[in-house]
Amino acid sequence: MLTIQNYVKAKSLEEAYTLNQARNARIAGGMMWMRLGNARVKTIIDLSDLGLDEIEETDHVFRIGAMCTLRQLELHEGLRDMYGDSIAECVRHIVGVQFRNQATVGGSIYGRYGFSDVLTCFLALDTFVELYNGGTIRLSEFIKRKKDKDILVSIIVRKSKRKLRYESIRRTRTDFPVLACAVVTGLVHGKECWYFSVGARPQKAALLEKEWSITKDCPEEELRKYAREAADSFSYSSNMRGSAEYRRHLAEVLIYRAMRSILAEV
Amino acid sequence: MEIKFVLNGKPTVADVAADTVLLDLLRKLGCYSVKCGCETTNCGLCTVWIDGRSRLSCSVLAAGIEGKEITTLEGLQREAEEFGAFLAAEGAEQCGFCSPGFIMNVLAMFRELENPTVEEIKEYLAGNLCRCTGYMGQLRAIQKYMNRDRKEVQA
Repeated sequence: MLTIQNYVKAKSLEEAYTLNQARNARIAGGMMWMRLGNARVKTIIDLSDLGLDEIEETDHVFRIGAMCTLRQLELHEGLRDMYGDSIAECVRHIVGVQFRNQATVGGSIYGRYGFSDVLTCFLALDTFVELYNGGTIRLSEFIKRKKDKDILVSIIVRKSKRKLRYESIRRTRTDFPVLACAVVTGLVHGKECWYFSVGARPQKAALLEKEWSITKDCPEEELRKYAREAADSFSYSSNMRGSAEYRRHLAEVLIYRAMRSILAEV
Repeated sequence: MEIKFVLNGKPTVADVAADTVLLDLLRKLGCYSVKCGCETTNCGLCTVWIDGRSRLSCSVLAAGIEGKEITTLEGLQREAEEFGAFLAAEGAEQCGFCSPGFIMNVLAMFRELENPTVEEIKEYLAGNLCRCTGYMGQLRAIQKYMNRDRKEVQA
């Protein structure tokens, strides 16, 4: 059960950060996950008045405020123009519209949850997190850190010319994924790079980067070898939703499908 | 702490604790259509609108709704009754326990999507789990209700 003694709607990030340094203070995202746990929270800090609920698009980046909802990601036209349906695909299976109107991008990323579709997807892109005290760092760096008392302000995605595909497998609709996977490709310093992010293994998403030049007419057998190599680079475990072996197999299939789909578009 | 908000069009003042959830506050204020079905932020039974958007009132802190507009089924009685008649006509109504949350999300869908396809309807309502009368009857009711609107516009 979750109990809360004080509720504060922060008037500035500075105030929120200061309050959050207390041991029993918590920042509230959408509270979808927090309310299911057991905690005695002294002060809950609400960031909803700080204008962090916008997706700002510039020539170079998407800046996604931490309090943006998953539904905002799903419906954002700029993200759709840039990445097709893949951003929407990564959130549309999460519970329901009501849930996605409430769950925040900041909460999903900050929590570094093993089941997170959002983390899996953004990890494969050229993504940074903006922290109030810790500056702006790569998401791949952020996920290695332990949870601390900093505040996640926004998620910044650089608009490098990249193609994204997102795939997940669920035992029933709206459930947590058994396995989630994002594949991205693009030119980095003139070389073709592939990024593979696999989440719900069931550990939190991890990232694999490969300098692979793969042509559109790559034979199926060869492409399957690439997919196998990528899938084999991750570790998998078993839980009630699936065995490690099953997950490894799913990863290989989903990675193959994503690569095939990207190559078909080139 | 004291909060001021608008409940079904009426300015409302309530005294809430820091961890009071909106669901409990709304029931205390007499909105008994709002119910908790699953306790895991999943079933959609507690759906209300906050500033016009469907939300799960079981995981919203009441303290955070200061200044917002809350709509429950009690505030949409005419519309709910009209749609409810279509549900009943399709045999898509049994004990009625889950209907309020379902109807709230259906009515939100009609406001957000223009002529949704069957797939779009299914996806929009996927977060309403509790529906023992069967999904097909509800789908028929939704489609007939939508077509009735169209006929009215034409006439």
